[in-house]
Amino acid sequence: MRTLKFLLQKELRQIIRDPAIIRILFIMPMIQLLVLPLAADYEVKNINLGVVDHDHSQYSRLLINKIIASGYFRLRDNNSSFTQGLHAVEQDKADLILEIPPQFEQALVKDNEAPLFVAVNAINGVKAGLGGAYIQNIIRDYNQEIRMQWAGYPRFNPQPVIQITSSDWYNPNMNYKVFMVPGILVMLVTMIGSSFASNNIVREKEMGTIEQINVSPIKKHEFILGKLIPFWMLAITVLTMGLTIARLVYGIVPLGHYITIYIFATVYLLAILGLGLLLSTYAQTQQQSMLVSFFVTMIFNLLSGLYTPIESMPGWAQLITRFNPVSYFIEVMRMVMLKGSGLTDIKFQILAMFGFALFFNGWAILNYRKRSG
Amino acid sequence: MKAITVENIVKTYRIKKGVVEALNDISFSVDRGEIFGIIGPDGAGKTSLFRVLTTLLRADSGTATIDGFDVIKGYKQIRNRVGYMPGRFSLYQDLSVQENLEFFAAIFDTTIAQNYDLIKEIYQQIEPFKARKAGQLSGGMKQKLALCCALIHKPSVLFLDEPTTGVDAVSRKEFWEMLHRLKIQGITILVSTAYMDEASLCDKVALMQKGRLLSVNTTQGIIAQFKKTIWAIKATEMFRLMNELKNSEAIESCYPFGQYHHVVFKPAANNSELLKNIAVRGHFTQFEMKQIEPGIEDCFMELMQA
Repeated sequence: MRTLKFLLQKELRQIIRDPAIIRILFIMPMIQLLVLPLAADYEVKNINLGVVDHDHSQYSRLLINKIIASGYFRLRDNNSSFTQGLHAVEQDKADLILEIPPQFEQALVKDNEAPLFVAVNAINGVKAGLGGAYIQNIIRDYNQEIRMQWAGYPRFNPQPVIQITSSDWYNPNMNYKVFMVPGILVMLVTMIGSSFASNNIVREKEMGTIEQINVSPIKKHEFILGKLIPFWMLAITVLTMGLTIARLVYGIVPLGHYITIYIFATVYLLAILGLGLLLSTYAQTQQQSMLVSFFVTMIFNLLSGLYTPIESMPGWAQLITRFNPVSYFIEVMRMVMLKGSGLTDIKFQILAMFGFALFFNGWAILNYRKRSG
Repeated sequence: MKAITVENIVKTYRIKKGVVEALNDISFSVDRGEIFGIIGPDGAGKTSLFRVLTTLLRADSGTATIDGFDVIKGYKQIRNRVGYMPGRFSLYQDLSVQENLEFFAAIFDTTIAQNYDLIKEIYQQIEPFKARKAGQLSGGMKQKLALCCALIHKPSVLFLDEPTTGVDAVSRKEFWEMLHRLKIQGITILVSTAYMDEASLCDKVALMQKGRLLSVNTTQGIIAQFKKTIWAIKATEMFRLMNELKNSEAIESCYPFGQYHHVVFKPAANNSELLKNIAVRGHFTQFEMKQIEPGIEDCFMELMQA
């Protein structure tokens, strides 16, 4: 126990003396939490619209005005032929072309039916999908208006219509920040847990100090605990800072208990620090450990459900996310923050984390040798 | 009981294409309270040997014991009783002198106060800088601090891997004086060095080259084995003189040694006339020659060329 105390004392001294660590530790969460949630906006606005109006009638003008008035579109281009319109897309001036055929108004009035053509630049899938959906909605709305204008509101609907009203539970305003901030916080804690810890041990290898430790009677578990505990403390500090920022800046107050979050974070960090430890037993230089942990955390983050919902991933990718500790923490964070889940609701996730912790640490301890060759 | 015994230790490294034999059937033993020097050029296998003996590296075959404990089975006991100072400065550069010493005392489950008398003389020299970070010390002071840290748990055997490499001549001399004082305290010291002149400061030396021990003996013993006579010669144009000497058939070896070239003749060709002829033929000025007693370094040159 006395040895462990001195190991911890030494480790904390070194961390505090390293200005880079302290700076990164405080500035990184600030930037990530203050800038990223504001920038990583899921709403698509300012879609550049190109119009090819062959009709130039009152109705076509009305339609265009209505689209612009929605606020999602900007009229950037007006052409007389579709080829010209497409050219504007090629030059990246327009994202979406609306072609109104000649005699649009005439057909609408005479035949009760008129075609419209919408071409979407699908280079950016999200923008294309949402833009297409928005414009369809607006056109449907417009259609409804015209029908109302002509036919008046029928007292009874001639055809049975199913009307859908939806309400968004747990996040009634669909505020994306409420689920982005906890996710980004998880990312941060993960980075500190895995790369900081592994870099620290590899640094001892690089400096040769680990040799001095290895010839001493220090026990393996004392050494490993001496490394895990300080970084566990660091990560919990960052988590606390992040939760404070979330509360003060974004007004995100978890519906569940903070205690639930901390309990899960403790187990989660055991797993992630174990991963860092494992990386450090293989890496010989800080560069190696940096690159590997960068790679691993990137895969973990992209497959965590932070940016894209896990449910919409293909089956094999969903299977991979089951082996990704980050996805569990993000899930738990959102459950506790938004839904108010308690310990019983997340017991499966906690159990899974214990599994990860056992696996990573077990492997790391097996692979850590005081003697080589 | 011997302090260190090494029997038939073999260690090979697999490097991409081939196999490097770092230690090739090494055997020797060190008596208690002895300063045992392992002398050899870079790449001789000195560090590998130290790492095997300090339980950091597992040998392919052979056995070794420290204080009677096997390096494989008794590694726990060994780690409690050896001090190891690696060739590269490997203390915590971002901790101060005192913090380093406290830390290494703590991990050996002791305190500075307990063994202060052992390190006192050395520590007093660096004590004025005890608040300074280890990374900011000068080379000689780093060396002293490293020695203090290796001694703080009162080891019975001390392993010093090239402790004087990169240290100035005065500090080197001081360092060896410290080692002799430690020897008086009963500590066995295994020290490696690439400097042959340090051999005479050891009680016993082993010459190591390419993973083999060439000779294990006391300094006097090694010199006594040397049967040939050595000539020291000097002239104004030393480089040309060396080339002329190397061209001569009768000369076995010649090498620069301080201000002189040392010359060893082949058996039966021991002839000072020959040297004079070379001097006259080459028109060397200020030519000087004399027969000298072989030193330990001459013996090593001889052994290494054999």
